[in-house]
Amino acid sequence: MMTGDWIDIGAVAEIPLRGARTVPVAGGEEIALFRTGDDRIFALVNRCPHKHGPLSQGIIHGHAVACPLHNWRISLETGEALGEDKGCVPTVPVRVDAGRILIARLTLLATAIAA
Amino acid sequence: MDFQGRTTVDEIDEGPGGAAREHLVVIGNGMAGCRAIEEVLARDAGRFRVTIFGAEPHVNYNRIMLSPVLAGEKTFDQIVINDDAWYADNAIELIASDPVVSVDRVAKIVTARSGRSVHYDRLLIATGSDPFIIPVPGKDLPGVISFRDMNDVDAMLAAADKGGDAVVIGGGLLGLEAAHGLTLRGMKVTVLHLMPTLMERQLDEAAGWLLKSELERRGQTVLTGADTAEIVGETCVEGVRLKDGRLIPASLVVMAVGIRPSTGLAREAGLAVGRGIQVDDHMVTSDPSVLAVGECVEHDGLVYGLVAPLWEMCRALADGLVGQPTGYRGSVTSTKLKVSGIDVFSAGDFSGGDGAEDIVLRDASRGVYKRVIVKDDRIVGAVLYGDTADGGWYFDLLKKQEDIADLRDLLIFGQAFALGGGASDPKAAVAALSDDAEICGCNGVSKGQVVASITGGACSLDAVRATCKASASCGSCTGLVENLLALTLGDEVKAGPKTMCKCTSFTHGDVRREIVEQGLRSIPEVMQALHWSTPDGCSSCRPALNYYLLCALPGEYVDDQQSRFVNERMHANIQKDGTYSVVPRMWGGLTNPRELRAIADVVEKFNAPMVKVTGGQRLDIFGIRKEDLPAVWADLNAAGMVSGHAYGKSLRTVKTCVGSEWCRFGTQDSTGLGVQIERMTWGSWMPHKFKIAVSGCPRNCAEATIKDFGIVCVDSGYELHVGGNGGIKVRATDFLCKVATEQQAMDYCAAFTQLYREDAWYLERTAPWIERVGLDYIKARIVDDEVGREALTSRFLFSQSFSQDDPWAARAAGAEREQHAHLGEFRPIEILAAE
Ligand code: SRM
Ligand SMILES: Cc1cc2nc3c(=O)[nH]c(=O)nc-3n(C[C@H](O)[C@H](O)[C@H](O)COP(=O)(O)OP(=O)(O)OC[C@H]3O[C@@H](n4cnc5c(N)ncnc54)[C@H](O)[C@@H]3O)c2cc1C
Ligand code: SF4
Ligand code: FES
Repeated sequence: MMTGDWIDIGAVAEIPLRGARTVPVAGGEEIALFRTGDDRIFALVNRCPHKHGPLSQGIIHGHAVACPLHNWRISLETGEALGEDKGCVPTVPVRVDAGRILIARLTLLATAIAA
Repeated sequence: MDFQGRTTVDEIDEGPGGAAREHLVVIGNGMAGCRAIEEVLARDAGRFRVTIFGAEPHVNYNRIMLSPVLAGEKTFDQIVINDDAWYADNAIELIASDPVVSVDRVAKIVTARSGRSVHYDRLLIATGSDPFIIPVPGKDLPGVISFRDMNDVDAMLAAADKGGDAVVIGGGLLGLEAAHGLTLRGMKVTVLHLMPTLMERQLDEAAGWLLKSELERRGQTVLTGADTAEIVGETCVEGVRLKDGRLIPASLVVMAVGIRPSTGLAREAGLAVGRGIQVDDHMVTSDPSVLAVGECVEHDGLVYGLVAPLWEMCRALADGLVGQPTGYRGSVTSTKLKVSGIDVFSAGDFSGGDGAEDIVLRDASRGVYKRVIVKDDRIVGAVLYGDTADGGWYFDLLKKQEDIADLRDLLIFGQAFALGGGASDPKAAVAALSDDAEICGCNGVSKGQVVASITGGACSLDAVRATCKASASCGSCTGLVENLLALTLGDEVKAGPKTMCKCTSFTHGDVRREIVEQGLRSIPEVMQALHWSTPDGCSSCRPALNYYLLCALPGEYVDDQQSRFVNERMHANIQKDGTYSVVPRMWGGLTNPRELRAIADVVEKFNAPMVKVTGGQRLDIFGIRKEDLPAVWADLNAAGMVSGHAYGKSLRTVKTCVGSEWCRFGTQDSTGLGVQIERMTWGSWMPHKFKIAVSGCPRNCAEATIKDFGIVCVDSGYELHVGGNGGIKVRATDFLCKVATEQQAMDYCAAFTQLYREDAWYLERTAPWIERVGLDYIKARIVDDEVGREALTSRFLFSQSFSQDDPWAARAAGAEREQHAHLGEFRPIEILAAE
């Protein structure tokens, strides 16, 4: 499951287009992986800056997700709330290699330890 | 000249004709300042070179809409009046975040805090008002906020994010709007009001009391006669102590006790200042080169705190500046409270007094209170609570001082009645208004002006807003404007004026029509054909398009899960903690030991923290994790239960009463009919949720007359009712017709449901839909047109043949596994250990 500093967590194809999947981190915060309409992969902590809604369950449009609880729009690129809403959720460095999704190992450990 | 070494010497600027343009400098980038400039530009765009100083960091926005922003109904972007492009297009220099600190009237120079100085030929002061802060100990503690600008709203939102208790000091317009917003944002709010009744300057005691009870019903605590002694707290606010010793805990205190015209600058500059900066009818101050407008001025001994008078001032100001003086003669104002679901209107003088007569109407069951104050056969004041539809009419009569002797007896029943219309058709009421009747109070736009802009080509609500500004501010006259559009344009506007969302310039009606006419078959195809401006839409349009396609192409269109709101995608209702609730269907509200046992077992097996009887006659199991949903459903399916669609824009419940099987008054088998109807309608997707009920006699224990479709059984058959709603805005049903047999009741139900499915806009429930299209239209299609009705019924049943598969069963069997399972899982400790 590990390739050096990057950890393989699954195939891009396992996330539907404009869909998202989750990766719980034992002792840490759950990570949400998003696949956008233009087939890019983004990762955020799965926790809306507003009232902690699970962002993975929102509607994904462009490079943004609308939170399922109160419809804040969060940028998948920066984790920042868009429009007039203010708040930010940590992004998680993610990379795609040969159809596999990889997350930085250090970030992952840090996510767990920070929580 | 050298002002702190940072003087900007004005270059000579030439107008289009080559003549040097006068430099008009505005202090205050608020509502009046910018409107004045708009008015000047509209009269003579090239006349002045304009510079605006603003203390706030923003472009010109609609201050009155801060309340909806606080309440979460609008975003800041949506309340901007003039964006950056406006300044650029009109070559206006905006100096934001830099308040002017002094005015030298001899040298004609203003200096801002940054040290920047500018020379003016004409100066316009539009500094608005300052919130009044009551001088009590603790008033400067962090957490004490006023409610005046975007900065205050941001501070309140930040505080509300942490939850907890808030105290709003002041039960006037501003305070109540703040309290409403904070309540919606999840805070526990207490309103402290010094006077015995709320909004005492706008409302009489009766209306104030109705308002107070309604706010309390909504969870706010309202303390009247509450005098603040001090605000307590160590490093930040912890509570408010009243003079009677009571301590109300709070982590946020909003002071909304009043405003004072902001006159400091003018006073120091030596201008004549009373309560406000004194101006003549042309908004000129004691110095002919200096004008003033807005809340900061005093005209004829009066200061104003609402926008309508400001617009009139701005018109007079612009007329004077371009050399066609008209003059401002003071304003009569009316007030509306912008709290959703509470309709309050007041105008004029309602203090009673000599020779004044009250005409009062109370309708407790509808929560309506109306009072019109008449003196010498003229209306002098009006207070309306609960039903404010006639506010504009009374206000119009009041302003024109019309003799109402002939109308007197019917006056209180409203315009439609008094003018002989009888029916309460909103369109007829609008049609009857005179041309100079005011439609939009915020922007002072008359009916004649709205109609002129419609006939001039503004065929949609947005276009009307853009051209004459009606309905562009607080929006409470939107209904009137829509009716005027309908009246003026007839059928052309039937499709409705609002565009679907920011991704398109088409309305819901246009999109529905184009999908059918052009035979569009998928979301991307619709977006392409109709020139969507975003790559893949947004969370507003995607679910709507998905529904329209599903409705247009039953059995063919493949539902797009990614365009469904979470609840419909997960077939369960998401809760605030991210878990889900599960509501199995209980046909007609009936259940049996086997179902109850299965539910009990699920609750225990999955440790559901709560199970509750819903308002829809079934059981709701709370706190299920998304991973466990398929297993829960499998267990419920095993006991014969299917999805209750408590999460869907679809048929919810069919409520029934016991009916003739048991009840001594029952006239027909309402329970049995309810079960049959639920079997027929379950699983259907709709524009919004849809509720049905069947009552066994007119005692109506199933509350059929507040449902989307309701049946009230009588000895001789079945009375069918449509368009009821028991939710945010309660609406009793309209009576559709009476039928003789159960089969007819079912057929009419199917036909009505299908008409709604095909006609209504997404997220429009039957109640607003019927108000939009009119009951006559529904009757024409369902009752009068037998062939059409039968066709609707069969289209409904055809579409149902594809939608009555239990979505839970499929998921329980493994479909769309990815919705419920994690992609992977991490155990960092194990990773570390492995190294
Ligand atoms: C569970 C239940 C409350 C209860 O504990 O009894 C409920 C719960 C919710 N209602 Fe309701 N409503 C429930 C009966 C009602 C009723 C009463 C009824 O159906 O007889 C009404 C008023 C009747 C009506 O709709 O005309 C009602 C009017 C609303 C409204 C306002 C709708 C409107 O058009 O004004 C909303 C908001 C919305 O739909 O946009 C709403 C929304 C909601 C939501 C979906 C809010 C949300 O988005 O999370 C709640 C979901 C809770 C959950 O997870 O289950 N709920 N809701 C009731 C479920 C009935 C069922 O068995 O399916
Ligand atoms: C929350 C809220 C809700 C309201 N709701 C309604 C309503 O429903 N209906 C209604 O009719 N009215 C309502 N009002 C009142 C309405 O907003 C005001 O009447 C209107 O904004 C006054 O316009 P103005 O231009 O005089 O003042 P403002 O709009 O306040 O503009 C003055 C501007 O000048 C700036 N300024 C002040 N001093 C300086 C300086 N020295 N240098 C540079 N800039 C300066 C201020 O920062 C401000 O931006 C509401 C007000 C608030 C706060
Ligand atoms: S269940 Fe209905 S009434 Fe109760 S809090 Fe939720 S939406 Fe409001
Ligand atoms: S929790 Fe995400 S918008 Fe409220």
